[in-house]
Amino acid sequence: MTENTEATGGPERRVRVVLVDDHRMFRTGVQAEIGRTEETGVEVVGEAADVEQAVTVITATRPEVVLLDVHLPGGGGVEVLRRCAPMMGAVENPVRFLALSVSDAAEDVIGVIRGGARGYVTKTITGTDLVDSVFRVQDGDAVFSPRLAGFVLDAFASTDAPPVDEDLDRLTQREREVLRLIARGYAYKEIAKQLFISVKTVESHVSAVLRKLQLSNRHELTRWATARRLV
Amino acid sequence: MPAATTRAPGPHAPDQEEPAPRKLYRSADGRMLGGVARGLAGHLGLPVAWVRFVFLGLFFADGLGALLYAVFWIVVPLGVGGVETTRSVFETAPDGRRRLRKPDKGQVFALIALLVGAVVFVGNVDMGSKTDRYVWPALLIGAGSVLVWRQADNARRARWIEVGRRRRVLHLARGLAGVALVGLGLAVFLVVRGSAAQLGNALTAAVAVLTGIALLAGPYLARMMQDLSEERLMRIRAQERAEVAAHVHDSVLHTLTLIQRNADDAGEVRRLARAQERELRNWLYDPSGTGRDEDDEPTNLADAVKRAAAEVEDKHGVPLEVVVVGDCPLDEKLTAQMQAAREAMVNAAKYGGEGGAVQVYAEVEGRTVFVSVRDRGPGFDLDAVPDDRMGVRESIIGRMQRNGGTARLRSVPGGGTEVELEMERASE
Repeated sequence: MTENTEATGGPERRVRVVLVDDHRMFRTGVQAEIGRTEETGVEVVGEAADVEQAVTVITATRPEVVLLDVHLPGGGGVEVLRRCAPMMGAVENPVRFLALSVSDAAEDVIGVIRGGARGYVTKTITGTDLVDSVFRVQDGDAVFSPRLAGFVLDAFASTDAPPVDEDLDRLTQREREVLRLIARGYAYKEIAKQLFISVKTVESHVSAVLRKLQLSNRHELTRWATARRLV
Repeated sequence: MPAATTRAPGPHAPDQEEPAPRKLYRSADGRMLGGVARGLAGHLGLPVAWVRFVFLGLFFADGLGALLYAVFWIVVPLGVGGVETTRSVFETAPDGRRRLRKPDKGQVFALIALLVGAVVFVGNVDMGSKTDRYVWPALLIGAGSVLVWRQADNARRARWIEVGRRRRVLHLARGLAGVALVGLGLAVFLVVRGSAAQLGNALTAAVAVLTGIALLAGPYLARMMQDLSEERLMRIRAQERAEVAAHVHDSVLHTLTLIQRNADDAGEVRRLARAQERELRNWLYDPSGTGRDEDDEPTNLADAVKRAAAEVEDKHGVPLEVVVVGDCPLDEKLTAQMQAAREAMVNAAKYGGEGGAVQVYAEVEGRTVFVSVRDRGPGFDLDAVPDDRMGVRESIIGRMQRNGGTARLRSVPGGGTEVELEMERASE
């Protein structure tokens, strides 16, 4: 995820963002890093510190992207996703969520992804990469950090139970390859070069994986990840 | 009892450790009945045998010793301090085998003394006279009470020492025997005092009263027990939380102090912050990481990779991002692979650390273990490396090949370096 902003939009594009995080200092930091609208094209239109506030602010401002913390007072990121589900599914101006968490625990991460978030990045991410991820989510693409790719590979690899829905519960060879390269720290452009495919194809593979993750019939996915506590 | 004197709890121990006024405790270890004699001996700094003899002597003064002993037993709490550890029936021989412990001379002597005492006592009591009908029930009740009281002590002790299942059965049997003895003694009292014909009536009345008491007090007692165990659980939780908080706060404070002191050294500050972050993550998200001893050698792949990365990170001050998919136990070949991976991490941190975090990826897929170490540094040309530089060729490629694995090195000048290590697991 090191593509520069010019490639995906740059300042001539605008994206309206709401920050949801219960740590004021972290919100201030993110605001300072990505909120310089003239340079980054990101406009922070609202902030929230808990589930109630988040739902109110998101409903009022209708941003394009919400940066959502996983741990929040009042039920966590999953609860925000549940209550904003109608806005996520809207045909006109859908609200898209990008999970931004300090948590290392697989069940937190997989929980918000299954709740409908379009991706997950850790809080160690650089400002440039974060802006890039926000634009990618605005486009409807999925954003996988190396860590999330690792979780997903693990979750889809080692379940003994036969899949309920073959198409959903299995990753194709190509999807596995793409995920593995993400887990190894490759950017989409580098993956495309490595596999001799276009960046667009990489994006569609990643989106397919995200869909499978969200729709997968395997109820045990989250439970399994919880039990393993894979980090 | 010369052997017993040597085992007497030394008065010096509590003297040195706690100069504060000592409290009298009964001894839970090495006791014969209630631990009163041992506790007193420890408290007064006398050999335990002396105290026991005094009690025995007083016993013959119209049973005063027994009365005193019983009072001490009821009033004085059981303690664990100031006494040596429990001796098991088995002891470990110098050659490592367990064998039956030789019977303690002192205990054998005490047993004989008790028997002699009992015989003398029985001989003194006029078996044929009328008083006899009170003596035997009283003895039965006394023995039963002693058993039950001793049982209560053991239950309290079980909080300190986990009791095995077999011993629990034994305890239950002892408790029941005590209750039976008391019951028998009371019954004999009734029979002897009244006539056998009234036994039925007396028993019915007793059962009715007991049932009434149980009905009235039962729910209240049950609730009290529940509250008590709940409260105990809460206390344990609170204690655990306090321990975690103390540990975390302590190490965070430590790190912050070090960071202040090294504020000019950016590399050192980064290293400290990363180390602290890693430790906190272990505490927060990895349940097995809380009690783990840092000195333990890792036994599975995931731990080994994380450990190696953490060490390299600490040493070179470059962040390493680790992603592990799957896990398996370490064998000889995988240990070699881990050494090669570690070498690759060191190289990446040393020469490619300026380009950002080093990515470490390990995956177990079936029998194949794959590790990739990738940096975004300047990269280099492997062919241009002189033959005398052994780092990459010997420590990574050579080591992998000797153990039946493969190593691939891809380096683009200006585009970073990636080392891929692949190894088949040894067959089980």
